[in-house]
This record gives sequence, C-alpha cells and structure tokens, in this order.
Amino acid sequence: MSATREVGRTTGPARPTLLEGLAQTRSLAWRTLVQIRHNPWELGDFSFQPIMFVLLFTYVFGGAISGSTGEYLTFALPGIIVMNMLFVTMYVGMGLNTDLTKGVFDRLRSLPIARWAPMAGRITADLVKQAWSILLLLGIGLILGFRVGTSWLHVLGAFLLVLVFALAFSWVSVLVGIVAKDPEQVQLFGFTALFPITFVSNVFVPAETMPGWLQAIVEANPVSILSDAARGLMVGGPVAEPVTYSLLWAAGIMAVFAPMSMWAFRRRV
Amino acid sequence: MDYAVVTERLVKRFGETTALAGVDLAVTRGTVLGLLGPNGAGKTTAVRVLATLLRPDGGRATIGGYDVVNDAHRVRGLIGMTGQYASVDENLTGAENLLLIGRLVGMPRPDARQRASELLATFELQDAAGRATKTYSGGMRRRLDLAASLVGRPEILFLDEPTTGLDPRARLGLWQQVRELVSDGVTVLLTTQYLEEADTLADNIAVIDRGSVIASGTPAELKARTGAQSLAVRPQESADLPAVRTVVAELARTEPKVEGQTVSASVTDPTLLPEVVRRLDDAGVVNAELALRHASLNEVFLSLTGHPAEEDETDADDTKRPRAEQGVSP
Repeated sequence: MSATREVGRTTGPARPTLLEGLAQTRSLAWRTLVQIRHNPWELGDFSFQPIMFVLLFTYVFGGAISGSTGEYLTFALPGIIVMNMLFVTMYVGMGLNTDLTKGVFDRLRSLPIARWAPMAGRITADLVKQAWSILLLLGIGLILGFRVGTSWLHVLGAFLLVLVFALAFSWVSVLVGIVAKDPEQVQLFGFTALFPITFVSNVFVPAETMPGWLQAIVEANPVSILSDAARGLMVGGPVAEPVTYSLLWAAGIMAVFAPMSMWAFRRRV
Repeated sequence: MDYAVVTERLVKRFGETTALAGVDLAVTRGTVLGLLGPNGAGKTTAVRVLATLLRPDGGRATIGGYDVVNDAHRVRGLIGMTGQYASVDENLTGAENLLLIGRLVGMPRPDARQRASELLATFELQDAAGRATKTYSGGMRRRLDLAASLVGRPEILFLDEPTTGLDPRARLGLWQQVRELVSDGVTVLLTTQYLEEADTLADNIAVIDRGSVIASGTPAELKARTGAQSLAVRPQESADLPAVRTVVAELARTEPKVEGQTVSASVTDPTLLPEVVRRLDDAGVVNAELALRHASLNEVFLSLTGHPAEEDETDADDTKRPRAEQGVSP
C-alpha cells in the first residue's frame, strides 16, 4: 500500500476560503444530483407528480370551476407551480435526514471543508430540481393551453421569485430533516402539513367562492400571496403588492427557520 | 517523544450522563493505540471528540499539535475516520464516493479520479466500482469506508470498531490492511471491544471503562500487570481428568475450570509448574498438554473492571446501529 502515502502533507490555513467553500458546495450539489442516476424513481417523483396534478386538476375540475380547461389552466398553473415547489423542498429535509441517520454527515464534517458547504450543497441541488420541475410544469402547461398574458421577462421574474421562496422554505425542510427520526417522518410531515397549507389557498379555486371566515385564512396564507404574485407576473393583474409580500414572507421564513435549524443541528450532533 | 494524539483530562457530558470523565491518552507517532472497552465505555465519544465532531466539555485534545476545538480545520486536514457511523453515500457508486471526497479535500478532478482508482484497486473493489454502494456486502462496505478515510492521505487514522459485524475472513483482511498502513507511517487510534483485535494490532492499549482510562500499557504489560497466569493441563486419557483436577485444585488453591479435556486454573506463582509435573507423574498421568500462559486480555479485563468485556454485546450492537441495515431511502 505504498501508494496510499506519499510525502507528509503540509498543513494548510486555519479555515477554508470562500472560494474553496463554493467549490465544495458544487461538489456536494453534484453528489446529490448524480444520486438520481441510481434512483431514477426520484426523478419520477418530482416530474410525474406535478404533471399528474396539472392533468388531474385541468381535466377533472377545470370544466366545473372555470367552464373551460384552457381558461382554468391559465388560472391554476401559477399556483400549481407554487404548490409543487413546496413539495419539492421536502427533498432537502429527506436527503439531510438520510445523511444524518446513515452517518454520511459525520464523514463530511470530519473532512477539511467549509462548515456550511454540506447544507449549501443540498440546497443548491434542490434549486436545480426546483428549476427543472418549474420548467417542466410550464412546458406541459403551454402544451395543454396555458397562455402567457404578460411577457417572457415577467415569466422569468415569476420563475426567480418562486426559486427565492423555495430557497427560504428549504429551511423549514432542513429543520424537519434535522428533528425527524427517519426520512419517512419527513415525508409524513410533507403530506400532513403541506396538503392543508396548499389546499386552503387560492391555488385551485378563487378565494371569492369560499365562506367569509375561510377567505380570511386563504388570503393570509403565504401560498396564496405567492400564487397571486406568480399569476400577476405570468397571466396579468396586480404585481407590486403580492411580490413585495411574497419577498417579505420569504425573508421572514428564512429569519425564523434558518437560526432554528442551526440550533436544532447543534443539539442533534 | 513525538505524539500524534494527546488528550488531557478530556470530559464530555450528555445531559446527566458523563461519557468521558477525564480521559488522558497519548499516541506515539506511527504506532497503534487500541482503545479497549465494553459498549458505553466512552470509546466512540472519545473518537468523535478527536475527530472534531463533538466539542469537549472539559480538558483538551491535540492532533498533530493542533487543538481539536481551536484549530479544528487543520485537525481535519490531518485525520481520516472510519467506523460504524462515518459512512459512505449508499446512493453513489464506490468510485463516485471516493471521487467526491477527493474533490472535497481539494484535489483537481484528474487527481481525484486517479486516487479513487488507486484505492479501489488496493481494496479489491475495482469490479464493484460502478455499482451503487447499497448493493455492497458488509465486508465491501467496510473496505470502501476505510478507502474513503484514506483519500486525503491522513497522517492519523481513527478506526471505530472497524471489524464489528465482519466475518472472520474479512476481519483478517482488514487487519492486514491496517498493518500495511502502519508500516507506511500512519498513526492509528483503534477502538474495539474485541480483545483479540487489540492484542493483534495495537502497540499500546488503553482500557477504558465508564469514561475513564483504568489501565494502559503494551498488551504484554497489561497481562503481566494483573499478575495472573493461567495453568492448563490436558491429560491424554480422559479417565485421568478427576485426578488432574484434584492435583490442580490442591496446588493452585482455587477451584479449576474444566473445559472439554482441559483443566485450567489461575495461578500467581510460576514455580508451581515443576510441582504440578511431579505430582501428576507420581499419579501416573500422561499429559497431552501442560502449559503456563499469560492471562488473555479477556481475563485481564475482567480483573481490572470486575465485569467481562463483551457482555451485552449483541444488545448494544442492536441499539447502536438502529438503521444501518435498513433498505433504500429516498
């Protein structure tokens, strides 16, 4: 085993540089994405599920809600993109939890890498998955009759806004991933918490059709606000207010959940 | 003396539990220290503190002269770690796992690839290099774990119960690989609850129980220190067993153990042996085996701690690795 050891290594600096940290983040993001090759069903999970939602809601409910499927799709697609984004963030927590329970995280922490690189790598990989599923939904939507009512620049704005929100909401997922005992618990949280949050919103049905007390909840729901912003940017309507509130919500979620995650993380390891 | 690892009065508490109650260790560069103790003794906690994964609550530890708390990044640059908890990514192939670590420790891509294939060859994993590691056998996993900890050419290697759960053949193979690393100059800190493993691999042994080092020295010193030697007599004719038993009991002044055809007893006086020979000869017993041996580490451990080393081993193993054997996760 003479090959395993050469000249004694000279010891490097006291901490990694930002540039090294970014390179490590890229390697760790690569690692999360290359996993998909060995777990192809994961790709299906964040590809087929949104496609199924679009088809289901457009053809089963669309006629009844809006009178025509094309019209309904134009109303619902921005919200479906938002809803799907929330579900996809759960992969951050599931992956993180797997790393923690299987010991991969300990290995990473024993390496001379930036402390934030493993988390940043996961979140970066998540954003790539997010971008993929948003583009996929948009493509399917366009095929099925969704029409952009504004400009492609506005659509790009909606795309970026949803990604920013995803970045913030990832921290909720990170917290769940740290606290949960196993990846199945993370998934369970995803279903039991995200389903009501996304359905008690204006994603599928305009709030005006609901009873007054529910309208109040729906209008306060950040999912509704972000859906309004995406709708405004992609289809038309008010933009400034919902976009501002969406960004405030994103900042608020990040401000609460990022420190909480860090605290929970220190307690767990 | 040139020490690669030093700890001074190292303390770690988890709530009410004191996992490390002031541990002092010193590992000379290029040697193997065996940290020997039952489950829950504090071995894994000690390694986790040394590997910068846990902050100690008291005392200090240095690796290659660097403090594990204040100079953690430099310490990480010197160490490699493998064990039950520091694992590889099950959803990556063996080659990808090693490539990832190479990239993370700053190797350019071609170097990382080269290093990965080098290690895959060393650990006889070339054929499985392209398979996801969740398909690997237990022995292959351990070899890949060890390979992963060597990517950055560590000077100091922590092996936390490296052969727990391995079959004897795989265990021997891993021992051989550890020996080769040591001959290349790597310092090894090995935790184990297998006395045989510590006896075979370690230059020095620290016996740890309930968070404290209760004895240390070379394996031979430890055996000599407890004073006990073991007298074993095996008569050729099993009919002579009762006679042998009587003689041994009388001379050793303890109740001898009879296992199969062998009568054994713990003795402190080495001059006893000629007397035993004479008495058995007088009784007309022909011996197939007659020996006075140093006590095994097992006996040493029992006499040091008052309880056997490998008690509850299976129980503890189950709780320690609750999910390691579970299948695929997302």
